[in-house]
Amino acid sequence: MTENNINSYAIEAKDLNLYYGETLAVRDVNIQIEKQKITAMIGPSGCGKSTVLRAFNRMNDLIPSAHANGSVLYHGKNIYEEDVDPVEVRRRIGMVFQKPNPFPKSIYDNVAWGAQINGYTGNMDDLVEESLRGAALWNEVKDNLDKSGLSLSGGQQQRLCIARTIAVKPDIILMDEPASALDPIATLKIEDLMQELAKDFTIIVVTHNMQQAARVSNFTAFFNLGEDYAGVLEEYGVTAEIFTNPKKKTTEDYITGRFG
Amino acid sequence: MSEIKKKEGFADNLPERHRSGQFWSNLFRISTGVGIVALIALLLNITNSAFGYVAIENRIDPESLAINGIPLEQLHPIDLTYILKQNVSAGYFRNLENEMPFEQRTREEIYDLVIERVVEPEAASTWSLFDSLFHKSEIQAEVAEKYPNADLHFTSWINGNFLVSPQSANAERAGVRTAVLGSLWVIFITLLFAFPLGVGAAIYLEEYAGDLWINRLIQTNINNLAGVPSIIYGILGLAIFVRALEPVTSGAFLGTMDPTTANGRTILSAGLTLGLLILPLIIINAQEAIRAVPSSLRQASFGLGATKWQTIWHHVLPNSIPGILTGTILAISRALGETAPLVVVGASTFITFDPESPFSKFTALPIQIYQWTSRPQAEFRNIAAAAIIVLLMILLSLNAVAVVLRNKYSNKL
Repeated sequence: MTENNINSYAIEAKDLNLYYGETLAVRDVNIQIEKQKITAMIGPSGCGKSTVLRAFNRMNDLIPSAHANGSVLYHGKNIYEEDVDPVEVRRRIGMVFQKPNPFPKSIYDNVAWGAQINGYTGNMDDLVEESLRGAALWNEVKDNLDKSGLSLSGGQQQRLCIARTIAVKPDIILMDEPASALDPIATLKIEDLMQELAKDFTIIVVTHNMQQAARVSNFTAFFNLGEDYAGVLEEYGVTAEIFTNPKKKTTEDYITGRFG
Repeated sequence: MSEIKKKEGFADNLPERHRSGQFWSNLFRISTGVGIVALIALLLNITNSAFGYVAIENRIDPESLAINGIPLEQLHPIDLTYILKQNVSAGYFRNLENEMPFEQRTREEIYDLVIERVVEPEAASTWSLFDSLFHKSEIQAEVAEKYPNADLHFTSWINGNFLVSPQSANAERAGVRTAVLGSLWVIFITLLFAFPLGVGAAIYLEEYAGDLWINRLIQTNINNLAGVPSIIYGILGLAIFVRALEPVTSGAFLGTMDPTTANGRTILSAGLTLGLLILPLIIINAQEAIRAVPSSLRQASFGLGATKWQTIWHHVLPNSIPGILTGTILAISRALGETAPLVVVGASTFITFDPESPFSKFTALPIQIYQWTSRPQAEFRNIAAAAIIVLLMILLSLNAVAVVLRNKYSNKL
């Protein structure tokens, strides 16, 4: 994948249709994600926002029946083309999951592992420290780096997962409801962290929490269920605009809590 | 509660529901009880035969062998050799001399030979543990009456000598050494064959194989193979390993053919046959263990840009290894107790020498037990019980190892 400076978007979906087997899950998504910004994807359950998120780093490949047509352009290259290695895509487009899922390894190894398998040649101790600092976790764990990642609290585990993700130095970080399993204080920490991370990374976050989307994101994409129960991108724009002056009635209904 | 009014449209059947629950719970309690009683009966039955009084009669009274008032146990090796020479045939004595000159033998060795060949102690009668404990005086009276020369003493048929002695035609001297070594050799080959193959197949089926009809067919067949009677595997082993692959299983291809080993009935054949037998079990158990690894771990690994193999090697296998090992050890326990396939592939029922290589003739513990129980002499039933205890001990220690491994690895998570 070559750097394409002309392209100002971090990643871009064009006429993207996603299927599970025969079922169309998401229809005709066209979206351009801005670099080093936080883009929130909101919408009712089952509208396909997670599916779209996972389409951005070909995580859907792990589900045997899932397939995509259309294109996802990353550095001007469609990542669904034959000659693209999904492993390389996932290294450059990292992912943080809904439920914190640290490896059953030490904190140090949790962060170092991804870099290790990707052939990182620099100083591992420095990378681990840098990543843990980047995830605002260093001060809490610096004396216990050899303790199991699972011994941490839920919020710490999620930040450990973020540290692990940034250790492989991706361009984009996909977050699938990263705070939905956490208490309000841990959630706040994650949100602060996301804004900190947006200085270096492009972040796309799926969330069910409307306030969260409003608080942290620069852009918001509202997905809804179409009449045939396939998800569609209903409205996409600057967050302030979407929340204060939505163009569509359904968007307004959703964010004001009238359905969903 | 009666003041709470019955809801309309619902029958007042709570006592009845509790009653039927009570009925089933009692039934389950009874079935557990039956199982425990059966287990206790089994253990009692074995211990009953493995310990007890035995009346030993000597062909020649050792006291009559004393020379100049010095008792047999204290005699000089030269005197012992003399006694031996006087009492055994000249040919046998020459054989012994040729094997190793008497001057080079230790005093204990010669003493043992005198006891074995001259004194020839033999069990005139044996009694079970139960009788020995509760009918002691009657036994003593019986011995005094029927075997006036016999020496009555309480014996444990399972003892140090029993563990280290080879098979023998004489129950007092017979031991399980040959059989235990044979079993361990066979199990070793079985493990070497079935573990990597089984785990490999499980990884393929769980991680790589797509949802195709052919893979579903294979899966169904593996599940069915786990239930095929073991004798069938014996016949398969006989056809493939003993007959078709004889040049390999007899060791002929290495030029190391043991002249006593006829036609492929070797440890290797038996190990491979048992390996086939437990292969489906290992595959199924390993599949279960691999499936139990949370998919969130796989996703985390893939999300970091790990390849499929890196994910399997670094996350799936380490996290499923306790389950895989537990399943493997349980499968091994099954193989250790198998008799029928070994009979078919030709385990020897009577050999007295230790197996030395995968191409040796062998016997195994269950075969030995079976052979001893079918002997007419009562003492063989006692040593069969002792051998059963040895087998159970090996099985229990294997299970203990499984538990330890499981705890050790699952604590890490």
